[in-house]
Amino acid sequence: MSLMAKAPEGRVSALLDAALPRPAHTWLRAPEIGSVMVRGRAGGTGAPFNLGEMTVTRCALKLPGGEVGHAYIQGRNKADAEAAALVDALMQTGAATVMRTKVLEPLESEQSARRTTRAEKGAATKVDFFTMVRGED
Amino acid sequence: MYVAVKGGERAIQNAHAWLAEERRGDTSVAELSVAQIREQLSLAVNRVMAEGSLYDPDLAALAIKQARGDLIEAIFLIRAYRTTLPRFGASAPVDTGNMACDRRISATFKDLPGGQVLGPTFDYTHRLLDFKLAADGETLEAPMREAEPGPVPHVTEFLNKEGLIEEAPQDETTPPDLTREPLEMPADRALRLQALTRADEGFTLSMAYSTQRGYARNHAFVGELRIGTVPVEMEIPELGFAIEIGKITLTECETVNQFKGSKTEPPQFTRGYGLVFGQTERKAISMALVDRALRWEELGEDNVGAPAQDAEFVLYHADNIQATGFLEHIKLPHYVDFQSELELVRKLRREVEASQNQHQEATE
Repeated sequence: MSLMAKAPEGRVSALLDAALPRPAHTWLRAPEIGSVMVRGRAGGTGAPFNLGEMTVTRCALKLPGGEVGHAYIQGRNKADAEAAALVDALMQTGAATVMRTKVLEPLESEQSARRTTRAEKGAATKVDFFTMVRGED
Repeated sequence: MYVAVKGGERAIQNAHAWLAEERRGDTSVAELSVAQIREQLSLAVNRVMAEGSLYDPDLAALAIKQARGDLIEAIFLIRAYRTTLPRFGASAPVDTGNMACDRRISATFKDLPGGQVLGPTFDYTHRLLDFKLAADGETLEAPMREAEPGPVPHVTEFLNKEGLIEEAPQDETTPPDLTREPLEMPADRALRLQALTRADEGFTLSMAYSTQRGYARNHAFVGELRIGTVPVEMEIPELGFAIEIGKITLTECETVNQFKGSKTEPPQFTRGYGLVFGQTERKAISMALVDRALRWEELGEDNVGAPAQDAEFVLYHADNIQATGFLEHIKLPHYVDFQSELELVRKLRREVEASQNQHQEATE
C-alpha cells in the first residue's frame, strides 16, 4: 500500500492493466478526495506540531470473492486510488504472486532507482575539504 | 437611511472576461501548461504549497497560472480550496532524521557524518543574468557520483554528547490546530510553529532579519539545513496499522544560539527550528530565527521589547491571506460608511463655523 501511495500518477493503473484484466468489484467506499494534516516535531525530535495538509484520495472495494481492498494514495487521482485498492484486494487472492511480480516489485525498483539517482546527484555535490599546504618549510 | 444599491453585474462580468484575456496574454506566444509551471517554476510552486498550507504541486501550479503569477492570490486560491476538503486524519510526525537529503549543510561543523552536500543551490552562483536561458537552451545533465548509503544524523544530535545543546525531548501531546480553533494568545510553541510555517515569507524574513540587526539578542548559527523527501505515515483506522500515504519534500533548519543561562537553565546553546513544505530555504531559516526569538519567555530571557519577541504582533500579522483580505477590502464599495463620515464632517464644520461667527459677533 505504501508503494502504491507514492507511485507517479497513472503508474499503478498501467501496471495493473498490463498484468491482468480487472476483476469486477463493488464499492464499499467510492473514491473520495480529502486531506491529511501532516505533523512535524519541534526541533526534529520534540513535541508534535501541525505542519500543513496534503491531498489524499481513498477508497475501499470488494471483489466477488469477498476480498476487501483499501487504498490511501497521495494526490487527487481517483482512478489511481481504484487501481491501488484492486491490487490490495487481489493480493488476498490467487493473483497475489502476479500482483507482487508485475505491480509491486516494478514499483519498488522504480522508486529505488529514482532515490538512488537523486542520492548520486547529491553525492556529486558533496564538499571534499582539503587543507592548502602552506609554504613555511 | 440605508439604501441598497444594485448594479455593476455586467461590468463585473466583462472585467472578468478581460482578466481571462489578459491572463492569456499575446496568443502568438505558446500557452503555459500547468505541468510546465510545476516543473520549471518549482520554487514558486513550493512557496504556494507552504503558505497555502496544502501539499499538492499540481494544484499549486494551477493556482499560479490562474493568479497570473501573483503568488499571494495563488495562496488565497489554495487556502479556499483546502477548506472544501474533508480531513481524513493526521499523520504521524514525520521523521526528518531519516530524510533522503538532496541538500544538507552545516555552517557550524565542517566534518560531520554524511558530509556537506550542497544540492541544487543558488549559493556560489554569481547572480549574473544567464542569457543562454533566453535562447533555446540545451538541457544539462547533473554529474553523479556513487553515494555512500549511511545515516545522516541531525547535527544537534551528535553534538549533544557533550550536553552543550538544549535537548528537544520527545513528547506525544496532540498539538493545537489553528485551522480548527482560532489562534489565541498565549500561543504555545506547537501553535507558533504552525503559524510560522504557513506565514508570509517576506514578513518572516524581515522579522528574522530584525533579530540579526539587534532587535532581540539572537545571534544564530545555522547548525544544519537540510532539504529532501520524507515519507508520510498515517494510522489507517479500517486497517488497524500505519501505512505510508505519500512522500513530501521538506526544508528543515536548525539554528544554534548562544545562551548565557538563566535561573532554570545552565549556559548552553539553545535552538530555533524551521520546517517548511518544499524547497523553501530562505523561509525555513527565517522561521528558525523567529521561533528562537519567540522562545524568550520559556527560556527565562528578558523581553527587550523587540517586535520579533512579541508573539501577538508576529503571529497576528504573519498570515498574508488574513492581511491581504483586510487590506484589500478597503478598495471595495464603502459608499454608505463614507456617506456617514461625510455627513459627520459637514456637521462638525457647521458647528465650528457657527461658533466662530458667534465669537466674531461677540467681539464686534
